[in-house]
Amino acid sequence: MTDLISMTIAEARNGLANKSFTSLELTDAHLAAIEAARALNAFVLETPDKARAMARAIDAKIAKGEGGPLAGIPLGIKDLFATKDVRTTACSKILGNFVPPYESTVTSQLWRDGAVMLGKLNNDEFAMGSSNETSCFGPVVNPWRREGSNTSLVPGGSSGGSASAVAALLCMGATATDTGGSIRQPAAFTATVGVKPTYGRCSRWGIVAFASSLDQAGPIARSTRDAAILMRSMAGHDPKDTTSVDRAVPDYEAAIGKSVKGMKIGIPKEYRLDGMPAEVEKLWTEGAAWLKAAGAELVEISLPHTKYALPAYYIVAPAEASSNLARYDGVRYGLRVPGRSIGEMYENTRAEGFGDEVRRRVMIGTYVLSAGYYDAYYLRAQKVRTLIKKDFEDCFAKGVNAILTPATPSAAFGIGEKGGADPVEMYLNDIFTVTVNMAGLPGIAVPAGKDAQGLPLGLQLIGRPFDEETLFSLGEVVEQAAGRFTPARWW
Amino acid sequence: MTAASGKLIKGQTGDWEMVIGLEVHAQVTSRSKLFSGASTEFGGEPNTHVSLVDAAMPGMLPVINEECVRQAVRTGLGLNAQINLRSVFDRKNYFYPDSPQGYQISQYKSPIVGEGEVVVELDGGKQATIGIERLHLEQDAGKLLHDQSPTMSYVDLNRCGVALMEIVSKPDIRDAEQAKAYVTKLRSILRYLGTCDGDMEKGSLRADVNVSVRKPGGPLGTRCEIKNMNSINFIGQAIEYEARRQIEIIEDGGAIDQETRLYDPGKGETRSMRSKEEAHDYRYFPDPDLLPLEFSDAYVAGLKADLPELPDQKKIRFIEGFGLSPYDAGVLVAERESADFYETVLAGLSDKARDGKLAANWVINELFGRLNKEGRDITASPVSAVQLAAIVELIGEGTISGKIAKDLFEIVWQEGGDPRALVETRGMKQVTDLSAIEKVVDDIIAANPDKVAQAKAKPQLAGWFVGQVMKSSGGKANPQAVNDLLKAKLGI
Repeated sequence: MTDLISMTIAEARNGLANKSFTSLELTDAHLAAIEAARALNAFVLETPDKARAMARAIDAKIAKGEGGPLAGIPLGIKDLFATKDVRTTACSKILGNFVPPYESTVTSQLWRDGAVMLGKLNNDEFAMGSSNETSCFGPVVNPWRREGSNTSLVPGGSSGGSASAVAALLCMGATATDTGGSIRQPAAFTATVGVKPTYGRCSRWGIVAFASSLDQAGPIARSTRDAAILMRSMAGHDPKDTTSVDRAVPDYEAAIGKSVKGMKIGIPKEYRLDGMPAEVEKLWTEGAAWLKAAGAELVEISLPHTKYALPAYYIVAPAEASSNLARYDGVRYGLRVPGRSIGEMYENTRAEGFGDEVRRRVMIGTYVLSAGYYDAYYLRAQKVRTLIKKDFEDCFAKGVNAILTPATPSAAFGIGEKGGADPVEMYLNDIFTVTVNMAGLPGIAVPAGKDAQGLPLGLQLIGRPFDEETLFSLGEVVEQAAGRFTPARWW
Repeated sequence: MTAASGKLIKGQTGDWEMVIGLEVHAQVTSRSKLFSGASTEFGGEPNTHVSLVDAAMPGMLPVINEECVRQAVRTGLGLNAQINLRSVFDRKNYFYPDSPQGYQISQYKSPIVGEGEVVVELDGGKQATIGIERLHLEQDAGKLLHDQSPTMSYVDLNRCGVALMEIVSKPDIRDAEQAKAYVTKLRSILRYLGTCDGDMEKGSLRADVNVSVRKPGGPLGTRCEIKNMNSINFIGQAIEYEARRQIEIIEDGGAIDQETRLYDPGKGETRSMRSKEEAHDYRYFPDPDLLPLEFSDAYVAGLKADLPELPDQKKIRFIEGFGLSPYDAGVLVAERESADFYETVLAGLSDKARDGKLAANWVINELFGRLNKEGRDITASPVSAVQLAAIVELIGEGTISGKIAKDLFEIVWQEGGDPRALVETRGMKQVTDLSAIEKVVDDIIAANPDKVAQAKAKPQLAGWFVGQVMKSSGGKANPQAVNDLLKAKLGI
């Protein structure tokens, strides 16, 4: 059975087409793996019956030669995606046992293309977090451990369940969302490939909103090719989301293996942080060398407003979140804690329903939008955002095709290790990734090596708007050079 | 632009001037809501016109309804206003169960329509020009039902998300009459455009009224806002009351608190709803779910070319084309249906009988008078425009006198029928046969020698003879012929 779960999507696709195995066999193998890996707490809801029903249905189609591009591939779905008739909570108590009567656009496209849903994956509450410790279902455990240690590490966040499950071979790929790094940082922490597409590439319809102007859905997979396969099904224009862009979806897989010769790769000097671990620095240099060896040209570039990105992000994202989360008021669905008046009911419900981090961000957001502070905070942050965007545009205008940076400032850390006293310590995890969301650009995190303790590290490639294809081509070069990394099974 | 002066209020310390501005909320005529496909139909069972977006389910996103945008632009054009080719939707954040999103999508800093103006008709044929500050699109809220359960309030989201146009006037209004005239005119323009049905009873049109007082020409006073007025008469009453209340406070040495007030029509007074301190901080910010709303000059030009004739234009045409007085023209154009009725009457007249003034008199005095008396609407008139045209035609061609025509109108009102046929069958034709009239004149002169002597001495008294002749002819004698004959016979 191990054979069935360690394959890539591309390999499984061939196996299914050759009738080497059925989707039901593939699905059962994964369901068994999920059951055996409950210690990771990656899944918050397992849907074996639904999974088998979907697998049987797709097997029938495959038999008739009708399967889609993802026919029979078992996937995990981040609990931020509304799944029809399947509990969707955003891992918040406030949604309780909410069961949506609708399916998010992105997941409906996966099912349209034949994928099978194994269950719902853990994430930071409302995607607010960088360690998957804020989930109301408890933290997710990273399948990776430091060499010679059995300390439980975080998988990163907010898509920690997605990253952990993909790395631990519990599903062949997973949906995830990225508002400030929530796909790329956990991918880097688990040696998986994570893609944050261009803002507008995937529909946000049916995804529980965190910060609307930054949120994007994307895949986490075990190879660049798998990520490209998933992206093709997830992307596309949706008239129900007016911020989604009406552009043809390319065959991303075709970009895998395409030559990167002559491409200009920017190395932003502002990403060279003081106190950056030497191994991160080394990995970055190594990554650049791999791309150079593949024929790309490396140029130093400047993104002068980088240092303002994180503070500005922590104004814009909470501001939008404070408003987006206002709908969780106990009136129509989810948790309601009664009170003697409507105001008291709101207070009781929201105090009980939201965890600390969500409450903190709702309060920050409310503060920065309030009369008298709006100009100093929100408006200023938006101006910074425009400057960050311009930094990138200037580089791309000079012929830069993509930008190479580390994905995270460090490898995975221990559960409970960070952010306890100072939330900013946790926020710093997103230092390399938030600029991409602020500028609406595509970014990919690809595993590139390990630190001294044997923990995976990733590199990030940032692309031009809607040029995910270049990222897949470059990501594949890194993947070929670095090899793939699988955690030793301990669970 | 300076505001027309209004009625001053006499206080103990002298005259006071009112400064009034209105925010009118007009429900956009559209089949579906501003950001969802749910129906806008009025009067459905609670929560039957609610989409996932209206109920603010997790992950739902608003999508602008282009028809509402079209209607807002058309309204802006009808208000002679600046149309902004780029506008932005903002979130107005507040918690209340009638607002499922926890915010209302509105337009704050960049509205779809900018400055414009409305010319309003005042008593005595005067006019005032009221400036429009802006018009923006926003979502209506749901409705709370407090009388369904002893312990709970219920929420009906049918209205939630319906498109409203908030039309904000400049503080150019100086008294209650101007305010009423402004709302009346605004309502008329909206109804002409078909962008709002103007039904105030159903809440399709409601107004928040800002009132302050000052010494004429002095610095502005502190204003109070009277919320949610849904009757033009109440707006007038509320302004009168509120201005006097403020004057009394100031003259007693007090100060006006900026606050939101409600008008109680039963008691005829306004009372405090919430003070400035209790005012919400709405934390407006651009809605990240919606792109800025952008359209081209060509789009606006296309809508402009298709606008119907509006009341001001129509009024000028009626005055210049049909010789109507500004007053009569104003009455006729106030409602599109009235103006259409009048024009249908005119169209039903032959060239030689097409007397615009006579037709206007009949529509305004006879028909509107009668409709008002019975509380009927022009669209429910028992006398059709074609029937009324036939009556006016009969007068114009001299077949019946004006007096007979009134009788005929009454018959048509009560029983219906073709006026020309009725005149025939009921023998209502005017007698123009001179010999027949002469016979009657002679008889009356012969029977009243004393009156003849009086009339000869004082020609004005001849009127008595006219009356007698008309009476004995059953009103059918041609009045002009009677006059001429009498003058000749009496030698006056």
